[in-house]
Amino acid sequence: MSQAPIVLEARGITKQFPGVLANDHVDFDLRQGEVHALLGENGAGKSTLMNILYGLYQADAGEIRVNGNVLTLNSPRDAIEHGIGMVHQHFMLIPVFTVTENIMLGAETDHRSLKSQSPLVKLDRKQVSQIVRDFSHQYGLDVDPDAIVGDLPVGVQQRVEIVKALYRKANILILDEPTAVLTPQEAEELFRIIRELTARGVSVIFISHKLKEVLAIADRITVMRAGRVVGATTPAQTNEHQLAAMMVGREVILSVQKEPAQPKEDVLVVENLRVRDVRDLEAVRGVSFTVRAGEILGIAGVQGNGQTELAEALTGLRHIESGTVKLVGRDLTNASPRAFTQTGLAHIPEDRQRHGLVLGYTIADNMVLCDYYRPPFSQRGVLQHQVLDDNARKLIRDFDVRTPSPYVAAGKLSGGNQQKVIVARELSRPVRLVIANQPTRGLDVGSIEYIHKEIVLMRDQGVAVLLISAELDEIMSLSDRIAVMYHGQIVTTVDAKAVTREQLGLWMAGAQPETA
Amino acid sequence: MQTVDDRKSQSGWQQVLRSAFNAMLVPFLAIFTAVVVGGVIIALAGGNPWAAYLGLAQGAFGSARAWSETFVWATPYIFAGLAVALAFKGGLFNIGAEGQLAFGAVATAWVGYALPEILGIEIPGILHLPLAIGAGILAGAIWAAIPGALKAYAGGHEVINTIMMNYIALNITSYLLNGPMKDKNPLNVIARTPEIAEGARLPVIFEGLRVHWGFPLALLVALGVWYLLWKTTLGFEIRTVGANPDAAKYAGINFRRVIIVTMALSGLLAGMAGAVEVTGLNYRHELGFSIGYGFDAIAIALLGKTHPLGVVLASILFAGMRNGATRMQFLTQIPVDIISVIQSLILLFVAADAIIRYLYRIKAKEDRLVLTRGWRG
Repeated sequence: MSQAPIVLEARGITKQFPGVLANDHVDFDLRQGEVHALLGENGAGKSTLMNILYGLYQADAGEIRVNGNVLTLNSPRDAIEHGIGMVHQHFMLIPVFTVTENIMLGAETDHRSLKSQSPLVKLDRKQVSQIVRDFSHQYGLDVDPDAIVGDLPVGVQQRVEIVKALYRKANILILDEPTAVLTPQEAEELFRIIRELTARGVSVIFISHKLKEVLAIADRITVMRAGRVVGATTPAQTNEHQLAAMMVGREVILSVQKEPAQPKEDVLVVENLRVRDVRDLEAVRGVSFTVRAGEILGIAGVQGNGQTELAEALTGLRHIESGTVKLVGRDLTNASPRAFTQTGLAHIPEDRQRHGLVLGYTIADNMVLCDYYRPPFSQRGVLQHQVLDDNARKLIRDFDVRTPSPYVAAGKLSGGNQQKVIVARELSRPVRLVIANQPTRGLDVGSIEYIHKEIVLMRDQGVAVLLISAELDEIMSLSDRIAVMYHGQIVTTVDAKAVTREQLGLWMAGAQPETA
Repeated sequence: MQTVDDRKSQSGWQQVLRSAFNAMLVPFLAIFTAVVVGGVIIALAGGNPWAAYLGLAQGAFGSARAWSETFVWATPYIFAGLAVALAFKGGLFNIGAEGQLAFGAVATAWVGYALPEILGIEIPGILHLPLAIGAGILAGAIWAAIPGALKAYAGGHEVINTIMMNYIALNITSYLLNGPMKDKNPLNVIARTPEIAEGARLPVIFEGLRVHWGFPLALLVALGVWYLLWKTTLGFEIRTVGANPDAAKYAGINFRRVIIVTMALSGLLAGMAGAVEVTGLNYRHELGFSIGYGFDAIAIALLGKTHPLGVVLASILFAGMRNGATRMQFLTQIPVDIISVIQSLILLFVAADAIIRYLYRIKAKEDRLVLTRGWRG
């Protein structure tokens, strides 16, 4: 592999953001036909580096060479012209357009001359869809050019993004956290495609914070921490523990330490729940389950199988069509969010920036987002600022939120610290049920470790926990029982100790459990 | 790294001053730039910008009388500006201040002149004045609560509905002033109400000057709005719904109720602008007296960064410009219309603050103001 020529080289890349040195003299290179994984926690500087290579940011110092020539990349268009393509974590596709239309978007003319664009040029759909078919065939991508993108499964949408890059003649592909939205089986399929691509000379930069998949797919691994490259290795020379230690800068415990659960009375009883999503389609289709005090019920499933709507229905945020929700014996079907919190719900929401926090508010205000109206935080309709201050300082200390002061806006905190603010707020009041939806999404290993410990601690104190996560590892290591959700229904509920990753993956993809 | 307690000692006034400086930087530079550009326009038209601005300043702040007139102008600006600013804080764009103000004025005028006749008694001032102003603010509040309810329960966008309700309010007002409420005095040809009773009038502060107690009242109300927004539970709810409606729902805030209450409070303040103009200045409601206050209020709220103190300062500035313009024209023959140009430029630079940030190389520090949201917001 070392004989292959270097196609992309970054030397001494430095990028300063206000208050953060995001890239500090970073060196990185990519050889033709290899998969070079870039591993690091959130905030390590991976995305900054890739955005510089893709022309979205300009480096303060350092140089970029493509095929030996020094380049200045001022925009993604420059990057595309030099054969660099990127598949973002959040797809840049228009759901109501067909695959072909999405692929043409921004390159509507003859794909051989991206530059000459006239707004009045006729769209040659037929030609492009033939090219899509050719690529599909050549790389085993299996994409129907005439399908509407919104109808396609996430894994296929990702392939559309890859075809889009190839159509723009990319021979260097940057994949940003590509497996975050995939089932284990879909991830396997992606890995097959990546191998197919590299075999034909495409070079791939694979960005991830997941150790297992990096070890599985990469030829070389570069680890970043706090804006610097802290090591380069190959899968043959290293293992998960070593990589984790490099990433975090200390030894980490990868699995969660917990005693067997001692479940007691039923806390949350859900019966025959039906809920519609924003498009008015039935997203939760007759779900029933029970969560008992002192246990963690994990809901496994690929994103978009009704988990979001389920969580919203169980917290008063979404209308329930039929069925019942009972919390500690009280019927809370279609009750207000406040009725839920007052009955003893703590809710760690899926989207921390949209639901969990007011980003422009101080930490102190965010710490009372659900409790601001009651004593001691308010007296006769007037906020008690001294109490809010004391409360914030105590929670910042107890939950180890890293901030210079309680009066920093929540939006200025890192993702991990934002999540700690939410966890602190929700778990610090007397609760009977915790609903944690993707509680560690996008967080660094240290924060994940911390939040997992807090969740297990709640369980051990006799609180019922409903954990919803797309991370199979998280579900498997935290849950006492696991329910698998697929197409709005619970396929099966199993003992967490008696199930394998592979089995869960199959159920998540829609396989029916054998009825014994 | 500093500990939490180190920072506490440094917070307080220093932090307040720093954030006030940051908040006022862009508006101040916007005014400065607009004045420079306005000066160039005056010079291009053959005038002398120095003389023009000197005349403007004299007319606005050059004498006790000038100050008095500036404060007279500023009074409705402050009330209406607070109305728009409060709605902005709740994530709502109240374009309907004009209509709410008109209804406030009509209701106040009616209580002022008709109520004593109907009751057949002279109402003592201690009762009549609060009744008259109370009727005005109630009318404004109800008129604004309607688009609030439409937004909360039917998803009707408040921008569209407040505009439409302006037309309804202004046309009903026109009908009332030309018909049932018209001054019956045979000499009167104007669409206006009779004069309100003596007891329903806000007294002037100094004999011989027109500035009346409505101005100090406006300052007091500005203080009240600040207290409401930042010190009370209701204010917390209003700001949360404005800053992040999804988080507000998550937090258990009854966002429908908060939207209606926010609009009602906004309309209350706009209605107060009308009520105070009637009780403190005109002693009647006359068709056309208020044209534009409700719209200038949007500019004032934006220039004041939707903060009550900013609204007061912006109101006095706009009032001074309006008031000084006449003297400027008298001294230099430069038409008063240039003032509208400068005011528009100020607003343009505040709204499109990227221009100012680029010109003066200021980095964006604060979150951008959300002027309005989509239908589903």
